[in-house]
Amino acid sequence: MRRRLRRGYAQWWFAYAMLVPVAIVMGLLVFYPLVRGILFSFTDANQYSIGNKFQPSSYNYIGLRNFRDILRSDEFRRVAGFTAVWTIVNVFFHFTIGLVLALALNRTLRFRGTYRMLLMVPWAVPSFISAFAWRFIFNNPYGFLDQLLQSIGWHDPPAFLGDPVWAKVSVIMTNVWLGVPFMMVALLGGLQAIDQDLLDAAEADGANAWQRFWNVTLPGLRPVAATVVLLGLIWTFNMFNVIYLITGGGPADATQIFATFAYQDAFVFKLYGQASAYGVIILSMLLVFGGFYRWAIARMGEETWA
Amino acid sequence: MTVADPRAVPTARAQPRKRRRRGRSRPMSFLLHLSLLGAVVIAIFPVFWIAINSFKNYNDIVNHTTLSILPQDWTLSNYRHVLGAENHVFLTWLWNSVAIALMTTAVGVFLAATAGYALSRYRFPGYRAALNSFLVTQMFPAAILLVPIYNIVVHLGLLNTKTALVLAYSTVAVPFCVWMLKGYFDTIPISLEEAGRIDGLSPFGTFWRIVVPLSLPGLAVTCFYTFITAWNEVAFANIILIQNNSYTLPVGLRTYVFQFQQDWQYLTAGAVLVTIPAVIVFLLAQRYLVSGLTRGGVKG
Repeated sequence: MRRRLRRGYAQWWFAYAMLVPVAIVMGLLVFYPLVRGILFSFTDANQYSIGNKFQPSSYNYIGLRNFRDILRSDEFRRVAGFTAVWTIVNVFFHFTIGLVLALALNRTLRFRGTYRMLLMVPWAVPSFISAFAWRFIFNNPYGFLDQLLQSIGWHDPPAFLGDPVWAKVSVIMTNVWLGVPFMMVALLGGLQAIDQDLLDAAEADGANAWQRFWNVTLPGLRPVAATVVLLGLIWTFNMFNVIYLITGGGPADATQIFATFAYQDAFVFKLYGQASAYGVIILSMLLVFGGFYRWAIARMGEETWA
Repeated sequence: MTVADPRAVPTARAQPRKRRRRGRSRPMSFLLHLSLLGAVVIAIFPVFWIAINSFKNYNDIVNHTTLSILPQDWTLSNYRHVLGAENHVFLTWLWNSVAIALMTTAVGVFLAATAGYALSRYRFPGYRAALNSFLVTQMFPAAILLVPIYNIVVHLGLLNTKTALVLAYSTVAVPFCVWMLKGYFDTIPISLEEAGRIDGLSPFGTFWRIVVPLSLPGLAVTCFYTFITAWNEVAFANIILIQNNSYTLPVGLRTYVFQFQQDWQYLTAGAVLVTIPAVIVFLLAQRYLVSGLTRGGVKG
């Protein structure tokens, strides 16, 4: 036993030495705050009791009360509902629109490079600028969309950011716009990696265009698609900027997703304990989902994520 | 482990395979171009709209009796205001953003390079746990760390400092860089290092003299992503920075339109100044970006 340990050390000391700096930093920057966040979630900490440099903290541990309150609240159900809609609708459109554009760009086509470059603009623009730009376009009453609809005869267009339903549509549209280029370029890379001989063989065997797409192209895209869809789901679930900068979660919390709602709980209402409990709930959801996704992909026989 | 020349990894930029142009009828070609043009218009319209409005004056923007695309009279006064007013505060924001993003990138890449290498080349006990912990941390929702990090920053008296933001951003940047760089190191043939070892280099020497120089493209992509992520961050910046002259760009620009009077003319001018360099750099770098990001994920 002793000898095995020593041999292990001799063999791996270099790898461990290379990992030490990161391990220390991650311990201090992620692990320690994480533990503190989890501890906060069991407290009633707020702006008065959390303490600061000059004043000791005075909050109490209240067990699972935060979690109970959150899970029982209507608000939680509403926010969970819109978070689910937000994530699924966004990634669905990212993927389908991205795939259609990728298929179009994968053809022999004049100006192909130019199209590709221009279609990537939404990805190139800093996301906070895009959020401002869309807020400006959706503005009521002098936003572009409002003006456009009026000039084509809709005299009383909705207040895009003032109406709960239209606000949801608006933020989702913005985020769809934002996320399509990444999917498009990733799927285009996947399409170009598909062996052309397979497609030719299928054609020689009499498969029509649809059959070739369904039976050769799509299966060939699966490894890339599995990865980018997972990335997309996580990014969208955590997307803070678009909602925060466009609607701030309003009107009347209609566009709150977990990321923005927990933020509001912490830094508008200063309910640090409750916000931490939200954080713990959100993290657990992501972990469960991530684990499930990997399991599902593994069952499909694809190799992703190491 | 993938052992392949990184340049052989297919990227979207790779030349289209030579293929017979299948008989596509003229109307089909026309439709294809028409739909792509439509997509292009939607893709670039917001940028165009921001740019055009930056040349309008306030009254022109809020005039909503008629739909006017072009400015009634072109003006540069918005740019003059943004660049000059309030003691050049816009330039201060720009500098804050650049400094914070650069420091985050330096911390992230510098720390992550060695770890990424260890994870790429050694299957030590605890390997899988380490790899998974980096993967999971990088996907942490900000919600779980916002409160504790804010609390720590307050207790350390770091509120309103760049240091606090660099620390906060490193929580995501470091694991992200580890993951990206591991993916890149995986593509570098191990035979070169074996040759280096035979020629008498130490383990660290092979890393520093052989692997790092070969990984410069991967390091560049990683830097780029880390920089952009820090550059775009709003949530932490919004709570940690509490004085106008310590704001980063997103927080600062937001002040133009979250007051009683929404000064879209200044916001658009500022946005153009930020967007032009960003788009140029992005389009120059784009050919490397996607392959860099998905490689780590597709091959373990």
